[in-house]
Amino acid sequence: MALKPVTFTLNGNAKAAFTEDGQNLLDFLRRSVGDLSPKYGCGQGGCGACTVLMDGAPVLACLTLAEAAQGARIETAAGLAGAALHPLQEAFMERFAAQCGYCTPGMLMAARALLDRNPRPSRDEVIEAISGNICRCTGYEPIIAAILDVAEGRVRA
Amino acid sequence: MAVTVETHGSVAEAARALAQGGVYLGGGTGIMRGVNAGAVQGRVVRSSDPALRVIRSTADGFSLGAGVTMAQVLGERDLAFLHAAARSVGGPQVRAMGTIGGNLFAPHPYGDFATALLALGARALMASGSPRNLDDLLRDRDRTGLVAAVEVPRPRDPRAFGFVKVQRVKPRGVAVLSIAAHLPREGGRLRGVRVAFGAMGPAPLRASAVERVLEGATLDAATIARAAQVAAEGLTPPTDPVATGWYRASVVGVHLKRLLERMV
Amino acid sequence: MTETPMIGGNMIDFRKEFFADERPEKLNEIGKPTRRQDITGHVTGRSPFYDDHLFEGLLHMRCVRSPHHAARIRRIDTSAAERMPGVQRIVLGRDVPRNLNTLLSLLDFGIDDEPILSTDRVRYKGEPVAAVIAATDAQARDAVAAIRVEWEPLPHVLDVEAAIKPGAPAVLDIYPNNKFAYHGKYDHQKLRYGDVETAFRQADHVVEGRYQMSPIEQAPVETCGAIAAPEQNGRWVCYTSTQALFFSLGTAAKVLEMPSSRLHFIGGTVGGGFGGKVDSIHEPMAILGAMLTGRPVKFMWDREEEMQVGAPRGAELWIVKDGVMRDGRIIARQFTGYFDSGAYTRLSSYAVIKCVGHLPGPYTIPNVHANVYCVFTNRTPATAMRGFGITGVDFAIEAHMDKVAEAVGMNPIELRLLNAYRDGDMKAHRRIAKNCALIECCQVVAEKAGVKLAPHLAALASTRDGGGDRARLPAHTVTDENGRVQGYQPWSYARKNAPARDPFVGAPPPVQPPRAPAAGTPAVNAPPRADQPPPPPPPSPASPPRQGALRFSSLSGFRRR
Repeated sequence: MALKPVTFTLNGNAKAAFTEDGQNLLDFLRRSVGDLSPKYGCGQGGCGACTVLMDGAPVLACLTLAEAAQGARIETAAGLAGAALHPLQEAFMERFAAQCGYCTPGMLMAARALLDRNPRPSRDEVIEAISGNICRCTGYEPIIAAILDVAEGRVRA
Repeated sequence: MAVTVETHGSVAEAARALAQGGVYLGGGTGIMRGVNAGAVQGRVVRSSDPALRVIRSTADGFSLGAGVTMAQVLGERDLAFLHAAARSVGGPQVRAMGTIGGNLFAPHPYGDFATALLALGARALMASGSPRNLDDLLRDRDRTGLVAAVEVPRPRDPRAFGFVKVQRVKPRGVAVLSIAAHLPREGGRLRGVRVAFGAMGPAPLRASAVERVLEGATLDAATIARAAQVAAEGLTPPTDPVATGWYRASVVGVHLKRLLERMV
Repeated sequence: MTETPMIGGNMIDFRKEFFADERPEKLNEIGKPTRRQDITGHVTGRSPFYDDHLFEGLLHMRCVRSPHHAARIRRIDTSAAERMPGVQRIVLGRDVPRNLNTLLSLLDFGIDDEPILSTDRVRYKGEPVAAVIAATDAQARDAVAAIRVEWEPLPHVLDVEAAIKPGAPAVLDIYPNNKFAYHGKYDHQKLRYGDVETAFRQADHVVEGRYQMSPIEQAPVETCGAIAAPEQNGRWVCYTSTQALFFSLGTAAKVLEMPSSRLHFIGGTVGGGFGGKVDSIHEPMAILGAMLTGRPVKFMWDREEEMQVGAPRGAELWIVKDGVMRDGRIIARQFTGYFDSGAYTRLSSYAVIKCVGHLPGPYTIPNVHANVYCVFTNRTPATAMRGFGITGVDFAIEAHMDKVAEAVGMNPIELRLLNAYRDGDMKAHRRIAKNCALIECCQVVAEKAGVKLAPHLAALASTRDGGGDRARLPAHTVTDENGRVQGYQPWSYARKNAPARDPFVGAPPPVQPPRAPAAGTPAVNAPPRADQPPPPPPPSPASPPRQGALRFSSLSGFRRR
């Protein structure tokens, strides 16, 4: 099996790694690059736990061919915090917006994609934006509240 | 056996490669699922041709590259008549990835956008350059070439086009069924009616019995009642975890009636 | 951040006036968001779930599964798969040191009935018969597809009522009538309290209902799995998604016939469990894989496996019959219940015990009778899920309460108020009710729903007018010998033709001396009375010496309460 080089930026840092034919971006990021923040939940696009941003758009890493990341800008939950936590992270902490925490990285990236595009979303828009992400601990309400806290300026930006 | 991925610079090259066997990977939402599960083996063909992502207006409508995503459609104000159908597909991630070309080939119960295109009388432009109407393409999806673009006529009156997706889970859920109806009028009578159902057969299909009732009629309560009555005629909808075939056949008339009443 | 306690966009309504003298006033955490101790890891993506441990040279394990609900295995041909790229090892049942287990054997509860990898017969669709260990997940999948199994399909049964009919195919030979054997004595768990038949004759109405629940998959977003790797000094490390770390440790030690001191289990960060991560299937398999290859091995279900073979909350079927007086007093309640255990016991035998301890629901009813069966079918084995053993029957009970209310022409809230437990009442499993609050809940519900309660119902309180006559045991309890089974040793939980002590390392001795009845299970021909022979001493000397029946605790065995 031939290995193909992929160069891209991950959370602002230039990266290069090899991918195998058919490898998805989730497996590539986790095992070949070492960013363990995107999670495997289904491998079918049903759960959103693997959500990362690719050139600013929220995509399912499990359904993205790793080699399609060539030249792309990839952002994951591991890169959300700078020197300080991102407001979304603060709000999730304050609002108890995670129980088991497994859906959280994907949920944060879906929320981030929304706020990048639409800084003042309505409650319905927030619900729509996280509709591709499953939280089985039924924490949707605190998650919605946390995202709205950021959108409505209740958490320092 | 394993997967071999080939990326071609042009649609034409990709089509030539595909003619020798393999599957075409567009947005990945369908094919990658199979790759992950080991169900897709052998050649996977993709194309980096930028033409695939282009939206262009034409004399009577739009030409959408087969690689145009649902999110791209939603970003075009001129394509407002397609927004309801595009928004009904998946969640934000699937809409950012899923393409209109891929939607034409999405297996049951997917294909809600294709249902809308079918009702609008869209044509597929094959990589070979020849056009193909969607009725034919959807009827025989397994043996067809690579689609390069889809040409969608613009409905003269946007209010003459209606779309509904019936789903159990909201805002994102698999279709129980979807209905798209294009009902142009001439002098109060419906002329050139096209109604399509999604998730009511192996692929999106025309609701012929409904079209026969509506064509030439006025859209009043009696016509709508007759159309609803024949909605499931000649159809044997599939059974899946979302709904039984019996249920789909039983409720399609109800949902058709509600859509038509909205369009009066 | 706002300080308003919110749930679902609504303010929480605190009713601190209730039971104010029963708690210290310093309780002030409810209704306020609290920071979890693990939240920083969650929001930064650094919480260490089992799959977040990288190993150079990690191998991947996947199973060959039965396409049939029931079949004999004629032959497993692995020759083609063995030669495929990346394949390191193919594991069969004969490679498993002790290829038969029942999950609750660590608590001496049930007969070993389930192979880790079946060698001769499968009993549910998706049952594993072989495993491939390969360099990549894709290679393991391809090799699984290349293993040829010759199946001889057998008749199967997928419904509890069909499964207990004479002539139904036997799912497990050790339970020929497809019913678990309770206490080595009966094919069902009994609850006998008073005399329901006489009460039905005295009742103004007899109301019957039938209620069914489908299986429910816990569907954690993180699928079940484990990674095992060789450590030093003959030890093995195992990162696991288990919800029950020591349960999984004990199970792995048993199945691998290895002292648990050689196993180093690391868990605790679980991507959602809800009961579905107690079955301890992945840990022994991953460790076995590491032992056979000398390399780190991951055994992880994909989503399809999680849904198909992940043990769900089992299906249940309930038939409830109430005798009720014109004024709404329920004087008798009879249950016939069936838990669909699926093809193996797992936790269903215990679910039934827990359920029967809960009957007849939170109501004071002087005559109660229940026969509850743990039934084997060719469905996916069932296991724990939230409200384990209780949720299904509670649905049946509360749906039935509405039906009874309709029969006597009462508002359903009033019917519940009238029959609710009060502090000091005797419950059907012969313990005194305490800390009751159903009356107050019903009163608040009535207020919220705009239901005007009659003054005598509005004035009720859980703390008043309980006990007294309501605390008295029935003068006579009717018992019977129905459903007697033979061939099981009665002093242990349904052990058949087995030695008194399991030979596996670290096996606990039987926890239960011969004569102690479980809660709600009076010894035959000896109607329980206050002067019943004393139960064995409680396990902990710290337990205060109080009167009361024994109770089976979820994990620690019998306790006095």
